[in-house]
Amino acid sequence: MENCCGEAVISANIGTAQPSDNEKLIEQAYEALAGGGSENGGKVSANNGKPSKWEKWKDNFKRRGWILLFILPALVYVLIFCYAPMYGILIAFQNYHQGDSIISGDTVWVGWDNFNLFFSDPNFWNYFSNTFLLCLLGFLVGFPLPIIVALLLNSVRAKKVKKGLQILYYAPHFISLVVMVGMLKMIFGSDGLLDKIAGGNGLELFLKPEAFRPLFIFSGNWQDFGWSAIIYLAALSGVDPALHEAAKVDGASRFRRIFSVDLPAIAPTIVMLMILSIGNLMSCGYEKVILMQTDGNRVTSEIISTFVYNFGLGADGKPGLGTAAGLFNSVINVALLIIANFTSKKLANQSMW
Amino acid sequence: MDAKELKTLKKKNKIKDSKTDYVYYAICAFILFLLAVIIIYPLYYIVIASVSDPSAVVNGEVWLYPIKMTFSGYANLFDRPDVWRGYFNTLLYTVVGTVFNIVLTIPAGWALSRDYLPFRKIIIPLLIITMFFGGGLVPYIAVCTALGLYENPLILIIGGGVSVYNVFMCKSFFQTNVPKEVLEAAQIDGAGEIRTFFDIVLPLAKSIISVMILFYAVGHWNNYIDALIFQVDTEAWPLQTVLKALLETTAGEGEVAAEQFLISKQVQFTSIIIATVPILVLYPMIEKHFGQGVLVGSFK
Repeated sequence: MENCCGEAVISANIGTAQPSDNEKLIEQAYEALAGGGSENGGKVSANNGKPSKWEKWKDNFKRRGWILLFILPALVYVLIFCYAPMYGILIAFQNYHQGDSIISGDTVWVGWDNFNLFFSDPNFWNYFSNTFLLCLLGFLVGFPLPIIVALLLNSVRAKKVKKGLQILYYAPHFISLVVMVGMLKMIFGSDGLLDKIAGGNGLELFLKPEAFRPLFIFSGNWQDFGWSAIIYLAALSGVDPALHEAAKVDGASRFRRIFSVDLPAIAPTIVMLMILSIGNLMSCGYEKVILMQTDGNRVTSEIISTFVYNFGLGADGKPGLGTAAGLFNSVINVALLIIANFTSKKLANQSMW
Repeated sequence: MDAKELKTLKKKNKIKDSKTDYVYYAICAFILFLLAVIIIYPLYYIVIASVSDPSAVVNGEVWLYPIKMTFSGYANLFDRPDVWRGYFNTLLYTVVGTVFNIVLTIPAGWALSRDYLPFRKIIIPLLIITMFFGGGLVPYIAVCTALGLYENPLILIIGGGVSVYNVFMCKSFFQTNVPKEVLEAAQIDGAGEIRTFFDIVLPLAKSIISVMILFYAVGHWNNYIDALIFQVDTEAWPLQTVLKALLETTAGEGEVAAEQFLISKQVQFTSIIIATVPILVLYPMIEKHFGQGVLVGSFK
């Protein structure tokens, strides 16, 4: 079938036509074939032999529909492992037990009971503010840091030094959370290095509620400030050197040029990442918090997602309550994302969709 | 005028750095150097602690260089079958799991990058939604349980099979890195979608494939929590889960316990190193592919 239009296309391809012209010619050839080809002869639409949108679509599907095969496995995976759990949110309205099927004859519906249980938990506001504070403080430190690092790295002129620093700065990103928290404990924990240097017995930072957030945020930034700078570095590498030269001629110092050349160049990236970060202001992964959590620091370290992990799972967990708490958290996230996106649309005329 | 002359001429005509510039560069160099030290020191400390006498480490004497160098920590590691079993399990999960990830992700990214993909306008939002909203942990476990993946090590291979974020990274890579002319030529030659992908697209996709391998492999290698969430048997635990348990062992009582405590302390340091080295070796090999086209594109 594809060969039947070969001749027309080849003739269009001959000569010195620009690529864009080529494209048009090919398209025309296809259109002519789709509309008037012998195989499609019976389906010529009424409007002057031009194929309708639907016919075009059908022709495209016949000719190149095989491409669907490439997306199919991923799509099926996403439907099973992402969309089926969304359907599983129904658990929040049930008296569900580990291993039950989500809907069966025995399902006990309890309405909003699980939500009421969660909201009336005496520690609810504690979980809520812990989640929000941990993420917000993390954002306040972790958002500007990579921008500063990228701007500084970008002004390093020795290429090899820059490259070497980059490789070094990215490296901690690949260290696992278990190792990260292990190292943290070896340095800041009881009988850790700092403890000994400070004169032995007594820092016990991992048992102190007020030390949890600084440790969490410090280690998070230690791991990721370099990695997060990549995207800004890439944006900076696209800056036309002529802009810098021009600013230089005008007498701008290197420091001044950060504000008049570099920052404007990465502003769209900054806005985009800020929208994304604000959409994540209520989700800082529980995997690391769980590793750092002790009975001593639970007052500040119990966030909504660790609450789900600690009380919603296992044979004696409460899955309904866990689902309700998780849903509450992700609804806030989506709301934050939409608000952030709306605000940036109004203020900076930039939006994600 | 040859190139060399031109270069020297350019240098001569270049506007010289002002004094404030030198101050700026000095401060910049200082900060970047400081950051480098902050990154290197904890890593360096773990290395020297792993080869020092454990009692010196516990007393806080080791902080700048190894004291009473010994490799007994590494020797003791050989007596820990759980660590080696974990190592083997992790290797298995990482290799098989990453192949599974790549097989799902790369073709999906390619398909999404073609604007003639049927239903594209439905598929893309369908994928994007999952980046910002999900059912949550409990329903995810419920679904996996229904599929027979509870208490089943298979979850450690299948779980996280497709990262939508990575798929979009591939999509934008293909959008910018596969020349239209080549594809048109292939079509003229009568190559169908499947042949085009294998003969033309894949050979051009080496750098994105290596970056994807790195990302997914690191994800598998570093995953500790799935084995706990899904109650996988300890025999099938991956290295990181074993390591978590090992790092959480606490001191006992008495003289024998004290000896044991020192050994276990040392094993903690050495196990951290053997768990991290493979990743830190793999990563610089792939780092050169972190070009503009690969990483930036995920944000349109």
